[in-house]
Amino acid sequence: MTDTALAPSEPLPARQRSRFRATLAHDRKAQLGLIILAVFLLAGIFAPLLAPFDPNEMTFDMMGGLSWTHPLGTDDLGRDLFSRILYGTRVSLFIGISTVAIALVAGITLGLVAGYFGGWVDMVIMRYIDLQWAFPNFIIAVYLVAVFGTGLLNVIVAISLAFVDDFARIARSMTLSLREEQYVDAARTLGFSNLRTLFVHILPNAVAPIIVQATVSVSYAILGEASLSFLGLGVDANTPTWGLILADGRGFITQAWWLGVFPGVAIMLVVLSINFIGDWLRDALDVRQSF
Amino acid sequence: MTLLRLENVAIDVDRDGQTRRLVHDASFELDRGETLAIVGESGSGKSLSALAVMGLLADGLRQAEGVIEFEGRDLSAMSPKQINQLRGSEISMIFQEPMTSLNPVRSIEHQLTEGMRLKMGLSRRGARARALELLQEVGISDPAQRLRQYPHQLSGGMRQRVMIAIALSCNPKLILADEPTTALDVTIQAQILALTAKLCRDHDVGLVLITHNLGIVARYARNVAVMYAGRVIEKASARDLYRAPKHPYTRGLLDSVPRLDLPRDRPLSPIAGAPPDPMEELTGCRFHPRCPKATDRCIAEVPAIHDVERHQVACWHPNLAQKNAREAVA
Repeated sequence: MTDTALAPSEPLPARQRSRFRATLAHDRKAQLGLIILAVFLLAGIFAPLLAPFDPNEMTFDMMGGLSWTHPLGTDDLGRDLFSRILYGTRVSLFIGISTVAIALVAGITLGLVAGYFGGWVDMVIMRYIDLQWAFPNFIIAVYLVAVFGTGLLNVIVAISLAFVDDFARIARSMTLSLREEQYVDAARTLGFSNLRTLFVHILPNAVAPIIVQATVSVSYAILGEASLSFLGLGVDANTPTWGLILADGRGFITQAWWLGVFPGVAIMLVVLSINFIGDWLRDALDVRQSF
Repeated sequence: MTLLRLENVAIDVDRDGQTRRLVHDASFELDRGETLAIVGESGSGKSLSALAVMGLLADGLRQAEGVIEFEGRDLSAMSPKQINQLRGSEISMIFQEPMTSLNPVRSIEHQLTEGMRLKMGLSRRGARARALELLQEVGISDPAQRLRQYPHQLSGGMRQRVMIAIALSCNPKLILADEPTTALDVTIQAQILALTAKLCRDHDVGLVLITHNLGIVARYARNVAVMYAGRVIEKASARDLYRAPKHPYTRGLLDSVPRLDLPRDRPLSPIAGAPPDPMEELTGCRFHPRCPKATDRCIAEVPAIHDVERHQVACWHPNLAQKNAREAVA
């Protein structure tokens, strides 16, 4: 009786690696998202080759409309908008992705540790998070840039710091419920270290909300950089970013609609594609979901 | 050498500034290759005793007294790091709920090989080969395919088989099985228990089988310890325990289980009342409010566990229970 073999009842599941490919095949939105993001990435990387003009070169063709020489028109100083958006892709994408990556790693680590160990560790970490939570994110970023000065690195630090609390809160709340799961106890009975239990057994069960938060945050980071640039607290006045272009064009929106629309469309497309990709990642990482 | 020895272990809980004792004076021992059943109702302290052995008591609970020895080494004197070293490699545990004790987002292969790679230092390939063997040994067909699957793709019985494979994976000397079949279908229960008992015998592993089902005990355990309200109240070989229970509680348990060898129209006699709230103070024998044989002495003094014939019993009137059991059968 003990040797009763159990017949295989279900078809072979795909391995984890190919789950990404398999889910992608059915996910039109994710395909579109990847294509859009790839186009922007390539545009950013090859901006010097693709841009017809120097992004900071001023001409007397000010606020010129769409034409063959200036496909997206020119701004108030006669700079080619297409070239400026191409170059702006570099900084905007870089900031959007790097800030979220930094905030994700820092926030998740804080949240996991706080939720898992509890006690005074939790107290100290969460009081800090509460403190940060009490300030609007943007105020913190403005404050940091104002104190430490403008520049790419400071902008990245300021924006990523502003997102740490969101990730920490999510990771902590997930950990609080997941650490009560029996498989976490089971991992402990196998003599795994706390760190291993946390990162190998708890974290993978918490990825879904974290990915959703990360994709939303990429959008906010790009917009955050745009807001800082808008206030003159961005990377610097000579480095075109989408936010800066948008800010510069604001005064002329009634005369030159393209100055507001095209950088806005670029931001929207990237944000949208990252959201699509995030949804796909969430599905691909959820092994319980069949496809 | 005795594999596992618990002597006068007491477990306390601290809640709202008060301390209450949940397990009193638990003592039992086990050798390699043997099976010890710990029987008791919910809250009798049987799972707590097992968790204490693992050094995994929940926050607020602590081992207040007594000695837990594993192969002659005092576990309470070990550092957390040393105990962590023992877990998985020398002592492992099988849980009650196979549906929730496997990590839903990790493949069976990952969960089965993780311990072997970490604790035994096996290579990925070596661990995989051993995982295939283990799955075969626990009666899972097509192990190569199962390794790639995730827990939700397996039935409850299969998951418990995987849990057994994980428990055995690092060649432990002791396995604690905390109600390993409670969550399974009746038809699967016997298979899983027989499998667990057989594998433990084959691999010379000591098995502590925690259960509330006396029927299970008869078949698979050599020795039985009955716990009630945090105390071990009777210890005997399974055979002696069935033939002549000495403690009125053990007798009550046996009387409340339907038996095939007795007339069908014999009414089941449940034990009246409910087990005491562990938070409540109780003098004397903890069973006295429910005991049909209770005397003034039972209310006043705690009976120590002592030898009675081939049993060890914590009761002032052990022979009364036995006599009545005989009458009931006759």
